[in-house]
Amino acid sequence: MKRVVPRVMGRSSRSDTDGSPGWGPAAAAAGPALRAVGLTRTYGEDESLVWAVDGVDLDVPAGQTLAVTGPSGCGKSTLLQLLGGLDRPSEGEVWLGGRRIDHLGERALARLRRRSVGFVFQAHHLMHELSAAQNVELPALLAGASPRAARHRAAELLHQVGLAHRARHLPSELSGGQRQRVAIARALANDPLVVLADEPTGNLDSAATHDILRLFDELRAAGQTLVVVTHDERVAATADRVVSMRDGTLADDTRLDGNRGRRHGHGGTGLGGTGLGALLSWED
Amino acid sequence: MQDVVLALLTKEPSHGYDLRQRLAAALGPLGEALNAGQIYVTLTRLEKAGLVVQEREDAPVRGPRRKVYALTAAGQERVAAWMAESAGPRADVAEFHLKLVAAAESGLADPLALVDARRRELMRSLAEAQRAALAHDTDSEAGLLLEGIALRLQADLRWLEACERAWSARAPRGEGEGNG
Repeated sequence: MKRVVPRVMGRSSRSDTDGSPGWGPAAAAAGPALRAVGLTRTYGEDESLVWAVDGVDLDVPAGQTLAVTGPSGCGKSTLLQLLGGLDRPSEGEVWLGGRRIDHLGERALARLRRRSVGFVFQAHHLMHELSAAQNVELPALLAGASPRAARHRAAELLHQVGLAHRARHLPSELSGGQRQRVAIARALANDPLVVLADEPTGNLDSAATHDILRLFDELRAAGQTLVVVTHDERVAATADRVVSMRDGTLADDTRLDGNRGRRHGHGGTGLGGTGLGALLSWED
Repeated sequence: MQDVVLALLTKEPSHGYDLRQRLAAALGPLGEALNAGQIYVTLTRLEKAGLVVQEREDAPVRGPRRKVYALTAAGQERVAAWMAESAGPRADVAEFHLKLVAAAESGLADPLALVDARRRELMRSLAEAQRAALAHDTDSEAGLLLEGIALRLQADLRWLEACERAWSARAPRGEGEGNG
């Protein structure tokens, strides 16, 4: 498939070669973790030209959880792929952790994705022949971690997602929800700057969805920047902020975090009064 | 009911029969429950409250004479307030639907702006319900109730998507333009 993008090869961008110290979540403090400027992606040409993403400007501050919603075909998945460097914009810029990534060369971009972006997809994309633990180790190994360090990290992450006891199981021996939790652990293996999730609960029943949302909530509390594309309003409602897309553009931008704290601070506060309590009428 | 009738009188003075026709068109089969006399009862009450005034009597070629009602200043104020007030978490589908219809007919508000505002309102309620749900086990009693509330809010939000599609297709002006 031929790309419409006039590509500027990333020769000038120095030291994509490993270990540039500015990387990792700490670097995000300076500005938004993710930034899109005039982001546009078209497919086809001439009269069959389709504007999948059409001039999107978006800043995702470090530590924010953002949900992107909209009807199918609105461009939300394409937007996510552009943000994560899986696809190239036709126009506009993508900045990750204060660094422009849309014009990096393929290899530099691949390296950057591995280190700084954690992906979670609707289909978990686990390797069938590898155990849960081995799947989670993989990204760390690919990024150059020692086998020992990778193993240690994988054990830690599987514990965090509540699957320490399933570490040796193959994906086929796990439930759908468990597989997705392994996929999330894998996405976190290299302490990514951002986690990008595309319909992460799309294949899950309501109990498994509940588990995934709890996990996301823990990540949120830990300050992980997270962008979730979803058509499920209940998933979107757990984010700090929801943007809706229509025909490739951002149609609405709503903050939901109100007076919510970073920590699990919602033990009963705010549920009466104007909140959920208003759903009940106590008149008799 | 009173608010809807007032809103339908915003564009121009009208009589009970016409109002009933317009309500029936907006409500479809749900309008069948609407008692034939109800509109007249409502109009009489609104007149007593000083919100509408009988303007004249029309004598059609055939059929009975019809009392034509018009909004008073107080009536206009009340309609404007109704348009501006948020529907609240318990508002039902038909009520909000009629508000959209009335908004479009009267030109008092942009239906799409009402849909947007309603979406934000419901989304915030849903956020609260979901946060509370995450703090409870799904199989606890409270968790079960929260799930029901979240599902209902979700259904309302999905219906709003349909409202947005329908009303943007009907919008007489350029998209996204407010019409204060």
